[in-house]
Parts: sequence; C-alpha cells; structure tokens
Amino acid sequence: MSEPHKFDPSQAAQFMLRHGHSSALGLEYHDHGDDWVELELPWREDLVGEADQEILASGPIISLLDMASGLSIWTANGKFVGIATMDLRVDYQRPARARSAVIAHVECYRLTKSAAFVRGYAHDGDPEDTVATMSAVFMSISGETRNV
Amino acid sequence: MSDASTDLTPYAKSIGIRIEGEEDGAPVLAFEFTGDVEGRPEHLHGGATSGLLETAGYALLRKELQQRGRTHRLKPINITVQFLSAGKRRTTYAKGRITKLGRRNANISVEAWQDDRDRPIATAIMNILMAGE
Repeated sequence: MSEPHKFDPSQAAQFMLRHGHSSALGLEYHDHGDDWVELELPWREDLVGEADQEILASGPIISLLDMASGLSIWTANGKFVGIATMDLRVDYQRPARARSAVIAHVECYRLTKSAAFVRGYAHDGDPEDTVATMSAVFMSISGETRNV
Repeated sequence: MSDASTDLTPYAKSIGIRIEGEEDGAPVLAFEFTGDVEGRPEHLHGGATSGLLETAGYALLRKELQQRGRTHRLKPINITVQFLSAGKRRTTYAKGRITKLGRRNANISVEAWQDDRDRPIATAIMNILMAGE
C-alpha cells in the first residue's frame, strides 16, 4: 500500500495534534489524499467569538487552516521538512453555525525547492457552503528536522 | 461593555490574551509564551500569532466605535497575515492602527512584536464590515 517512511498525515496527526497550540484547540485528523489534508476543529464553549453566542471564533479557524496547510505540504512532499508560514490570507464568508464543528480542507498545489503554495477552505458540514477560504505560502527552513 | 477587558472573546482568553495597556489611544494586547500557543518546539504557532493580531484589531475597532457612540455588528471579511520572523519563547505584544473607518467598513493594520518594537514578528491587514448601526 503506502511506501515505507512516506509521510502519513493520519499517523503524524496522532502526535502532532497532541502538542502545543493544536492540542490546546483540540484539533483532530479528518481525512487526506495525495496532496490534501482535512482537519477538524470541534466546537467548544471556550473557543467562541462572543460570550453570548455559541459560534466558534475566527482565530481558531485560522489555526486550523494553518495546521492543515502544514500537513498538506508534508503529505504532498512525502516527507517532513521544516517549514514556516510566510503569508496567509483568510476570507470569511459567514460565521459557522452555533455549536458546529469546523472542518478545514487544504491542498498543497505547488511545491518548489524553497516554497510551498497551499489553498483551502473551511466548512461546517457542507463543503459547498464554505465558512472561509484561504491561501498561504510557506517557506522551508533548512536544517530543521523536528516536527511542528 | 465599558471595561475593555470584558470585550476579549472566550477564545482570546483561552489562549492567554490580555490587555496590557494603551498606547496613542489603541489597546496593546499581549500573551505569554505557553504550551497553548506553541507550534514547532520553542516557537510560536502562526495560528496563535494570527489570533493575537486579529484580537488586537477588533479591540481597537470596538474601542473607537464606542468612543464615537456607534454600535454595530462586526462582520469579519478577511485577514492577511505576514510572518516576518519566528516568534520565540517570550511575551508577544500586538497593537492596531485604523487605516480607514467608514460608515460601513473599516480597514485596520496590526503589528505584533516581542523584544524590539521596531522589528515586528508579524503584521496583519484586516477588512471588517459594520452592520446595523
């Protein structure tokens, strides 16, 4: 099935999402393909944007998209490399629904020696009815071998 | 609503964002380096930095609207973040500047920095629509 040592986001997510900021937000692996990864941000009361509304804030959605970007890059690349976000743009189409989890789908559509280009979207159930769309550029950090 | 700190979102509080003070009429927000905002080991997560920038932008806009006696529902349109250097294991600050405040939309630029105010680690531009005055 999969080549030995090939980066597998479903495996990597087991430890990457249990560390630091991703862990604090409770991000979970959802699905992946050759050059894309989906992560889920479960709804949680302390991650909402307004105290009196039950809607996830935009901040954790940026983190969700950023983390799915990294995983899509390593998936497309077939192995882990040190990367850093250079530029990230998020367009918000609408708020997520009350008490809804948000799923991010990010694809790495181009990899060069020094940069990785990604685009994606976030939705709360229907991928055709997006909550947000995003694009970002990452640069590789040479000599970096540890994981995010 | 009068106490600016109560305007911080539950999300902002959950990653440790606080209002540090005020400079030239703009709130200065900050968070400490903790595991909750860490990305690759010993470095800030880009998403956490973005969250701080965005929160600082909203804090400034809410304050400005409040001073003008305007009440709106704020609708985020977009945010573009530039990451200039890696955030290290220390306090991070962020402060916004309103580039345009119109009747229906606002454009805000925000900077985040650590040790050296003149060397921001990240900047952001935000567009926000304001509905229902």
